Amino acid sequence: MEYNTRTESGYRVLELSGEVDLHYSPQARKQILSLLKEGYDLLVDLSAVEYIDSSGVASLVEGYQSARDDNLRFGLIGVSDAAMQVLQLARLDKVFPIYNSIEDL
Amino acid sequence: MIETMNKPVMIQVEDLNTHYGDRQILKSVNVTVHEGEIMVVMGGSGSGKSTLLRHLLGLEYATSGHIRILGKDITEISEMEMYELRKNMGVSFQGGALFGSMSISENVQLPLKEHTSLDEKTMQIISRMKLEVVNLSGFEDLMPSELSGGMIKRAALARAIVMDPKLLFFDEPSAGLDPVTSIELDELILRLRDAMNMTMIIVTHELESAFKIADRITVLDQGEVLICDTVENIKNSELNRVQDLLNRRARIHEVDADDYLHRLTV
Amino acid sequence: MLRSIENLGRFTIRSIEELGYAISLAFVSLKWLLLGKSKKQPVQLVTIAEEIVTIGVHAIPIVSVLCFAVGVMLAIQGIDTLKTFGAEHKVVLGIALSIPREFSPLIVGILVAGRSGSAITARIGTMVESQEIDALRVIGINPNRYITAPLLIAMMISVPLLTILGDFMGVIGGGVFASIELGMNMDAYLTRTLDILVPYDIFQGLIKSVIFAYIIAVVGVSNGFQVRGGAAGVGKATTRSVVMSISYIVVTDMIFTYFLNR
Repeated sequence: MEYNTRTESGYRVLELSGEVDLHYSPQARKQILSLLKEGYDLLVDLSAVEYIDSSGVASLVEGYQSARDDNLRFGLIGVSDAAMQVLQLARLDKVFPIYNSIEDL
Repeated sequence: MIETMNKPVMIQVEDLNTHYGDRQILKSVNVTVHEGEIMVVMGGSGSGKSTLLRHLLGLEYATSGHIRILGKDITEISEMEMYELRKNMGVSFQGGALFGSMSISENVQLPLKEHTSLDEKTMQIISRMKLEVVNLSGFEDLMPSELSGGMIKRAALARAIVMDPKLLFFDEPSAGLDPVTSIELDELILRLRDAMNMTMIIVTHELESAFKIADRITVLDQGEVLICDTVENIKNSELNRVQDLLNRRARIHEVDADDYLHRLTV
Repeated sequence: MLRSIENLGRFTIRSIEELGYAISLAFVSLKWLLLGKSKKQPVQLVTIAEEIVTIGVHAIPIVSVLCFAVGVMLAIQGIDTLKTFGAEHKVVLGIALSIPREFSPLIVGILVAGRSGSAITARIGTMVESQEIDALRVIGINPNRYITAPLLIAMMISVPLLTILGDFMGVIGGGVFASIELGMNMDAYLTRTLDILVPYDIFQGLIKSVIFAYIIAVVGVSNGFQVRGGAAGVGKATTRSVVMSISYIVVTDMIFTYFLNR
């Protein structure tokens, strides 16, 4: 898994790529939580993610909850079909703010 | 169904022979399962279907033959390799086999605690997500003894999939469940396969459920593979024993008078 | 005739198999204790502590009462017998030596076998029957690491400690009766006892208690893992486990007492 961050239309965008699995999700979690701690509105870009497992999704859930606690905006963009199925399985597609791209905000 | 045949082989059983004491249980069994496939193993009691499952899970020692799981021959690999392999194998036992001394959520989290170094909070979220998937949200703090049979089965399924395994083994998913719960469970199995591309081995004797979820069905009879084919082909099979099973006909053996008398009096 | 010889043979093979299994359990437990970390399966100290609470701490009241009672009985019998020789005051010697060397380890051993040995067998047997042991194995948790090793260690810590408690309570029990019956001062009784006792007396009892602990754990665990046949099977195994541990304890005690007092 790799990640990089950029700023776009007032959001910090965390772009994850590759496999967000048991092995790498702790890194993703750390990034998400630390960006939120710095007080940024955060978008997580999943368009380059090949595979995301439950631990990756759990990190997103924790991030979203933490953003809400701090009154920050949080969303997912570029959710692939595969990732969407994983989210749908636990009905999380109804929970996360999901956008096609940053223009749709 | 056919398209899965071109996918990579996940499980390959090759010429498996097993004994229980002096009695031979499985006789030269060959089975191949491809990625994303749901293989249902059927057969009457004593057909060896449970034994086959136990061997696939590495719980028994084979007399001869090979079992390759994700390319690794589990009859030969070391304890440590098997330990690694188990991270990719989820199992849901017939009676659930939840640990009675642990709450539902502790049960579900146990594989994560054992195999990962995820944050406590992450493990908790994962286990709650899995309980959501099986429709058991809100029951996490109960003990297994406080749940009904259907709930225990679903909790066991949640524990089996908590590591997002590539392979899911399911022993009698619908045994002891009411029809509605049983249908729900079948649908859940299909959703899991579609969403996570899991490969599944499901042992059952429920025809209806088997026809609904299976890509292919392996029918065992007295330790031998009678037929291994798609649902359609099984339904149209000309084999008598397969038809017996489908139509729930009792086995009628030819009576050998001498042999019978011998059995009764020896 | 032939059949009974055959059965004897079967029984012998089975007994040897079981003995081998029992001995191997000790090595397996030791292996997990030492190597568990490197195999990512450490023996958990929390589990050991929990077992010590159930096996040891919860047995404190009953051990105290029983050993106190045994002390009193010894004093009654001792004074009665020694009266014949007019040597009632020698009863202190009898109690001081027989309690730590013999009665305390034996009573504690039998008590723990009945209390915890049976519980171990029943618990493991139920786990076998409900496929919980299989579930542990498919998750990748070695049942010996997870169940046997902590039990064995907890047992070998708890039983000797209970025996020390038993030594103390037995001596007090004897003292209370003796002081009433013979008008002996409790202080004088205890000073006399401490004069008579040498560390070896206590030590002898403790060696035995460690061996009893091993017997109880191994018999309990191995009977549990061999359970077959549902609830009835669990019941049978539990009975077998208690009878076996107590028999082994008594016989081992006899053998050890013989050799330790040569």
